[in-house]
Amino acid sequence: MSLTRRTLLATTAAALAAPSLAQAPAKVVVIGGGFAGATAARFLQREGVSVTLVEPNAQYISCPFSNAVLAGLRNLSQQTFTYKAIAAQGITIAQQAATQIDAQARRVTLTDGTVLTYDRLVMAPGIDLNFASLPGYDEAASTLMPHAWKAGAQTTLLRQQLEAMPDGGTVIISAPANPFRCPPGPYERASLIAWYLKTNKPKSKLLILDAKDAFSKQSLFTAAWKEIYGDMIEWIGLSGGGKVTEVKARENIFVTEFGEHKADVGNVIPPQRAGRIATIAGATDQTGWCPIDPVTFEAKLVPNIHVIGDAAVGGGMPKSAFAANAQAKACAYAVSALLRGDNPAEPKLINTCYSLVKPDYAISVAGVYAPAKGLLADVQGAGGVSVANAPASVRAAEAHYAEGWYKTITQEVFG
Amino acid sequence: MTARSTFHFATTKGGALIALLFCLGGPTSAAPPDVSKAPAGASACLGCHGASETELPSLNKLSESEIESAMDAFRTGAREATLMNRIAKGFTPDETRALAQWLVTQGRAP
Ligand SMILES: Cc1cc2nc3c(=O)[nH]c(=O)nc-3n(C[C@H](O)[C@H](O)[C@H](O)COP(=O)(O)OP(=O)(O)OC[C@H]3O[C@@H](n4cnc5c(N)ncnc54)[C@H](O)[C@@H]3O)c2cc1C
Repeated sequence: MSLTRRTLLATTAAALAAPSLAQAPAKVVVIGGGFAGATAARFLQREGVSVTLVEPNAQYISCPFSNAVLAGLRNLSQQTFTYKAIAAQGITIAQQAATQIDAQARRVTLTDGTVLTYDRLVMAPGIDLNFASLPGYDEAASTLMPHAWKAGAQTTLLRQQLEAMPDGGTVIISAPANPFRCPPGPYERASLIAWYLKTNKPKSKLLILDAKDAFSKQSLFTAAWKEIYGDMIEWIGLSGGGKVTEVKARENIFVTEFGEHKADVGNVIPPQRAGRIATIAGATDQTGWCPIDPVTFEAKLVPNIHVIGDAAVGGGMPKSAFAANAQAKACAYAVSALLRGDNPAEPKLINTCYSLVKPDYAISVAGVYAPAKGLLADVQGAGGVSVANAPASVRAAEAHYAEGWYKTITQEVFG
Repeated sequence: MTARSTFHFATTKGGALIALLFCLGGPTSAAPPDVSKAPAGASACLGCHGASETELPSLNKLSESEIESAMDAFRTGAREATLMNRIAKGFTPDETRALAQWLVTQGRAP
């Protein structure tokens, strides 16, 4: 049967099932209520679309600023949001996980067996930790050596381990190869843990074992570490033997090709891939991420499914909450246009990521992106990192603006 | 790309749904770009500049020309900034004008 004929039949069946279809708005199901999915749901609803948001958790615990929780500078409650305002806006919330997707029939099955139909699907499941790619590391091992790369109980566990560690101990953080959630995140984390150590356990050390030879805002981080933390932080890159090939969780040991490193507190940031439901839907390629069209965010591998946020790849945009939110808005306008039969406008996207190096000291990276050759490419001449050797007042201003960003974005997404 | 089952919304300035047409089957003819929708990049601004004043200014209080001239000054470097200069350089003067216009009409943060 041709696609057109099948679609026609499906549409006719839908028309029979819903006599008042002339009044029925188009239906979009959004999977995942994080920065990407919750934003998309809200903007689609404002466009007159009927939206169901599928999210298993009653609360969302946000990763941005969770490194400050590790340092004792914030509470996890300041990271926690609910879906009440989103529901009050007129969005149906299905507090379930999506377990199956039938892209041909445009149906999503939920944990409790409920089946939702859609005209278009927006998928924003974030990341899964790719346990299979790091021998010795799995869910059980993460209760001994936390990843804390999804905020919540893991953040609390790592904080408790840092508090329990005696002065003079060694904290080890392992960072994965690209791409992964929040490229500057491991280095912001190292900075803020070092702040905690410097102010509470000054004889301690912090070692970063890295699977790459360069990282986000590297020269700014390196200069700040030297200036603020002396030689407390040591970074070993890929060519120096920094790639972790195995962990021994019961002994707190990181194994590299060059030998073993024993930690008092070990934080494993493992390789990642798109949330599993993206693979179930057939939207991921061999890298584990979802290639997307840069104008509509429609998955290149499955029709009518749009992928936004950390799960998507396709160009220079980093996996950040800022990017997830910006993509979600552009995607919502594109999906709304497609549902009306209009041509979606070419988007331009912005990203900004602040990293705290200590209280009142932040550095940033920014970028502007536009569709080019099937990708979301960097707009040349724009973007880049904070200036080097800036006075303390500039770093303090950026820390201040970072707070403003967090308030604004969480208000737009959950408020 | 065309939607095979097409819903047509006519919206007021504020985005309220006032009419809806439904047509069954058949590819739709290529529609002109929808000018009521956010011009390239504008909706991303709201991630930092929302309805309420925080450590960062809300754009809701600014006029179209204030937004445009601030962006122009950030782009040329006439106005100093920690970050806005890096972003403003990603927008041409025409894009900046469209963005400022949208921000004060459809784009007011709710
Ligand atoms: C330590 C750390 C610090 C960070 N700091 C910053 C920062 O300062 N600035 C910044 O911009 N970004 C930061 N990030 C990155 C940011 O957290 C992510 O980029 C962002 O959360 C991505 O949003 P998302 O919506 O794609 O995914 P998520 O926020 O992970 O949301 C995905 C949602 O989907 C749900 N889900 C998954 N599978 C299913 C399913 N099958 N059915 C239904 N729902 C499902 C999940 O429950 C979850 O709620 C940081 C990340 C970390 C780890």
